[in-house]
Amino acid sequence: MSEILAVENLKVAFGDFIALNNLSFKLDAGESLAIIGPNGSGKTVLLRALLHVTPYSGTVRWQKNIKIGYVPQKIEADRHLPLNLRNLLEAKSRVLKIKNGVIEKVVKDVGLDRERLRTPIGHLSGGEFQRALIAFALLGEPNVLLLDEPTASIDIPGEEKIYDLIHRLQDEHNITPVVVSHDLHFVYRYATKVLCLNKSEICFGEPQETLTPEALEKIYGPHKYYHHYYHKND
Amino acid sequence: MINEYFSVVLSVFAASAAGLVGAFALMKKTVLAGDVMSHLAIPGLGLALLWSLNPILGGGTTLILGAIVIWQLEKKTTLSSDAAIGVIFASSVALGALLINSEEDLIDALFGGFVKLSLNEFIFGMAVSIFVIVMLWILRNKLIIALFSEDLAAAMNIKTSSVNLWFLLLFALTILSGLQFLGALLAGSLIIIPAAAARQVTHSLGQFLAYSAIFAALSVVAGFALSSAYELELGPTVVVVAAAIFAVAAIKRKK
Repeated sequence: MSEILAVENLKVAFGDFIALNNLSFKLDAGESLAIIGPNGSGKTVLLRALLHVTPYSGTVRWQKNIKIGYVPQKIEADRHLPLNLRNLLEAKSRVLKIKNGVIEKVVKDVGLDRERLRTPIGHLSGGEFQRALIAFALLGEPNVLLLDEPTASIDIPGEEKIYDLIHRLQDEHNITPVVVSHDLHFVYRYATKVLCLNKSEICFGEPQETLTPEALEKIYGPHKYYHHYYHKND
Repeated sequence: MINEYFSVVLSVFAASAAGLVGAFALMKKTVLAGDVMSHLAIPGLGLALLWSLNPILGGGTTLILGAIVIWQLEKKTTLSSDAAIGVIFASSVALGALLINSEEDLIDALFGGFVKLSLNEFIFGMAVSIFVIVMLWILRNKLIIALFSEDLAAAMNIKTSSVNLWFLLLFALTILSGLQFLGALLAGSLIIIPAAAARQVTHSLGQFLAYSAIFAALSVVAGFALSSAYELELGPTVVVVAAAIFAVAAIKRKK
């Protein structure tokens, strides 16, 4: 499989504060990477460095001509904006000069009803809003999808559906997902690689081999991982 | 001097530009910073009167400078930038009032009243209004993505900082074109009020922009008619009409 991403000695600092340090990993096309770690461990900062929107030192090397879709964790936008979903998707497709008809396709791909295009974005439910963001990211036919805690504001049944959707997009659209997640259940089920962070790299590899109780204790501190770990083994 | 018909034509174009700028300012939540910016025209008008220059030149210069200052302040979201905007606002009104030593000129600068236009002023006003409308049309998609999420915009390689600067400059130009008939204190209101009214009754972008422009144009046309019929000051009349439209829209508010 061809290498899609290589990160070497990545470091991100904001003044004296070091958000990420000494991080190196590689990812092949067709894989699925989960990034886990406690709050403040640098997961979002890593995604932003991968997108080149935050300054960093070290190397972030993407495969040539890669197209990246991004689903941020929180949208600071006012949900009362007079924008419906079509307005938002049209804005991106016009900037990218994408032809008409693609909007209907991405909306269908993420499992949203076509009627939702007319819904003001503030009236979408948490799950619908998340799907809308994924649809936004899919415009432009990305090869890689970076998702920052895509289920953070969704209930548990909704969570499952979002993860199923990500998995389906991986299969049907040949997309390599990179997902920041708190949910170890997802990591075991869908990820082929897991990267554990706590400002620097704690572990990297296949989930079954990498996420030992010792590694989890190192990431989350003693006791806190048991719930996740044994939940998975039930 | 050219006849009043031209003044109405110009004011409809200037108002439509103001309505559109206001719609984006409302979505971007930069309405107040922009309103403060309009007061920066006052010292410029004062200097122009002092040195016998065209008031548009003086007001325009300080407005553009103000746009750049606010652009810099917007990058910092600290309390001190709020305070700085407050200081700029108060000091520019005070400085302008000191510079303009004729009471009549001061009232004109604050509330408008240069209704009689020269041909050059008409052409300049039309050019500015059309430029603002065309630039907003070009920038609209990037503006929408950037105001929805700066992160998403950055991930698409949209230069949000330059989009923001462009927007503030368009805002400044819009104030400038409204300055003559509304005055520095009220020029900002034609940007804010029609957009706020349109927001009450619309839920999609196309409708919001259209209603905002139409409400603004309606305010100036009705303002012209009422002010000439009842010999009222033009600027305040236009703003009162706009406020009345807002009141009706707020009552009819779409849930």
